[in-house]
Amino acid sequence: MRTIGFLLRKEFLQVFRNRAMLPILIVMPVVQLLILSFAASYELKEVNFTLLDRDQSTVSRQLIAKFQSSGYFNVLEETFDQAEALESLNAGRVNMIMEIPYGFEKQLKTGHIAPMQLIIDAVDGSSAGLIQSYSTSILNDFNSEQLVKLQLSQAPTTHAGIKHINLIPQNWYNPDLNYITFMVPGILVVLVSMIGLFLSGMNIVREQEMGTIEQLNVTPIRKYQFMIGKLLPFWIIGMADLLIGLALARYGFHIPFLGSLFTILVIASIFLVVIQSMGLLISTLTQTQQQAMFVAWFFMVIFILMGGLFTPIESMPSWAQNLVYANPVAYFIKIMRMVLLKGAGWKEIASMVSMLTAMGSLLLLISINRYKKTTV
Amino acid sequence: MNSFRGFVVKEFKQIFRDKRTLMVLFGMPIIMLMLFGFAIRNEITNVKIGILDLSKDQATRTLIQKIDASSSFQIEAYIDHYGEIEGLFKQGEVKEIMVFEAGFEEKLMRQNSADIQLITDATDPNLANMVQAYTTNIVRTYEREVNRGKPALKIGIQPAVKMMYNPELKSVNLFVPGLIAVILMLVSALMTSLSITREKEMGNLEILLISPLKPYHIIIGKVLPYLVLSIGNVITIVLLAKFIFHVPFEGSRLLFFMESILYILTALALGVFISSVTNNQQTALMVALAGLLLPTVLLSGFIFPVASMPVPLQIFSNIIPAKWFLVIVRGIMLKGSGISLVWKETLVLVGMTLLLITLSLKKFKVRLQ
Repeated sequence: MRTIGFLLRKEFLQVFRNRAMLPILIVMPVVQLLILSFAASYELKEVNFTLLDRDQSTVSRQLIAKFQSSGYFNVLEETFDQAEALESLNAGRVNMIMEIPYGFEKQLKTGHIAPMQLIIDAVDGSSAGLIQSYSTSILNDFNSEQLVKLQLSQAPTTHAGIKHINLIPQNWYNPDLNYITFMVPGILVVLVSMIGLFLSGMNIVREQEMGTIEQLNVTPIRKYQFMIGKLLPFWIIGMADLLIGLALARYGFHIPFLGSLFTILVIASIFLVVIQSMGLLISTLTQTQQQAMFVAWFFMVIFILMGGLFTPIESMPSWAQNLVYANPVAYFIKIMRMVLLKGAGWKEIASMVSMLTAMGSLLLLISINRYKKTTV
Repeated sequence: MNSFRGFVVKEFKQIFRDKRTLMVLFGMPIIMLMLFGFAIRNEITNVKIGILDLSKDQATRTLIQKIDASSSFQIEAYIDHYGEIEGLFKQGEVKEIMVFEAGFEEKLMRQNSADIQLITDATDPNLANMVQAYTTNIVRTYEREVNRGKPALKIGIQPAVKMMYNPELKSVNLFVPGLIAVILMLVSALMTSLSITREKEMGNLEILLISPLKPYHIIIGKVLPYLVLSIGNVITIVLLAKFIFHVPFEGSRLLFFMESILYILTALALGVFISSVTNNQQTALMVALAGLLLPTVLLSGFIFPVASMPVPLQIFSNIIPAKWFLVIVRGIMLKGSGISLVWKETLVLVGMTLLLITLSLKKFKVRLQ
């Protein structure tokens, strides 16, 4: 026990003797959490578009007014020349061209389909998708308004017998579809994992590079003591970061804490062991800090991009969905969201927690085994 | 000049001797591109949903069958009353519950109108939206079948939507430029900052500094091998993108390579700057990795559109080099933009590079203590 105590003191001294480390470990995650949580949003802001209104009718003007008043669209320029409009699109001045053909009003008033064209700049695909769905919903609204007008003017029997299914959407847990509540727990998990993985991944290999591992090897320290001495300091730092982040989420972002904080902390402590054992394993497998960090970075990027943080896991093909079972970050992100936002308890998350525990013990065992007290 | 050449040769040897790092450096971008290129899609697959069928008649059975047959959905549970919904959502697998009202078919036939409630787990707002849109689509198709032969509602505006430059909205096309930006930023900034701080840590920098080499010689010598490596990376990624994912390449390849080199230089300058303000590999690494990874992914427009961010963040995102590079690369690859359309972004990158170089030369001390 005393030995571990000394090792702990050594590690803490080493980390914090470096003046730059404390701000990096505490301030940087907080700042990133504060800033980046706002960046992740699929909300549409004002879209400028070029208008080609060849119809110049009451209906076309009504339609344009409807787009303008939605607050999402803004007519930047008006022209009758398609080439000119395309040039604006190409130069990136506008993101959309709306073309209303001649005879638009007549088609609509006589109960026909009135075609029109929307040309959307899809270089930024996610924006383009948003523009499309927002404009489609405006057009649908407009259509039903027009339909009511038309039905009033026509004999009511014309459309008799048409079946209609009403779809009534209801969004639970997050009725305003607020992105921040969703992102904050996820980003917090990623920040904590990065710090855990990078710090521990660098650790043993650093001693190797500096040659100080020899000195540790000749002492009577046991393997497990050595490993605990390496794990515990970063575990404590990780937990501290998580606590600060959770406080920020609760009081800064007003994230609902429906589940129990205790559950989160227990799982976080298991999760940190998983991540850090992984770091230690990388550390024992590599020869320089540069190598170690590149490997760690590689896994981190995969964990983040395939962990359901930004794009839903359900949007991946099934083989890739299966890969998620091996992704500890994905588990913890999911658990955090379930517990905090939906109030899930032990019963619901038991299987994921046991997966994390299994991963943790396996990685820990392997990395303890990999570490040899002899140098090659 | 001779001593400089010697130094550069030494740097190259040092890096190319380390076979593991080289493998990692070249292998990882390839694995990442393959993985993400195939894995990240815009459509949804196998979303688990639950059914609450209060009617259990022919119409609901047909509709449920159609939902089940779609590759987007997988029916996970049939429940009997509302009280069970909460429990299902809490388990976290089921993302949507479809509630068919009692007497669905009868109402549809007699009153021409019946209700389905789509209750989604909106903790993920984006997924909730997609799931609703997909379900709506299937229900509307069914509705059209039921109405077949009847005078359809032939009215209304029907927009023809044309997606310029990326007609199918293929995610790979969007992903490749983003991935290039992220990989180059991390490889260049991380590797240079580590390699210079390593010399500091090992005490080798002292030896270099008392040699007749000028500080800028040392920096150029350090940076040059990584420039070569990064260019190698760009070429591999572009070849993969072209031959495996068939990503279109509309614009000039020469311009693309020039811009890539410019961006690599920005990233290298950033790496040099980081190493000039830090003293050991650990600090350099935490700054370069933990500090750059998420901002590069999130603020560059790689996944979330910059235009969707709050205004202060949009302004802040201007200091992220990847944001500018992404505009340039997407422009060249998808739109076929020439320099006349991307000169502004290019100038910004040039400016950033010069600023970073000046700052690091100022900071780079000839004496270490």
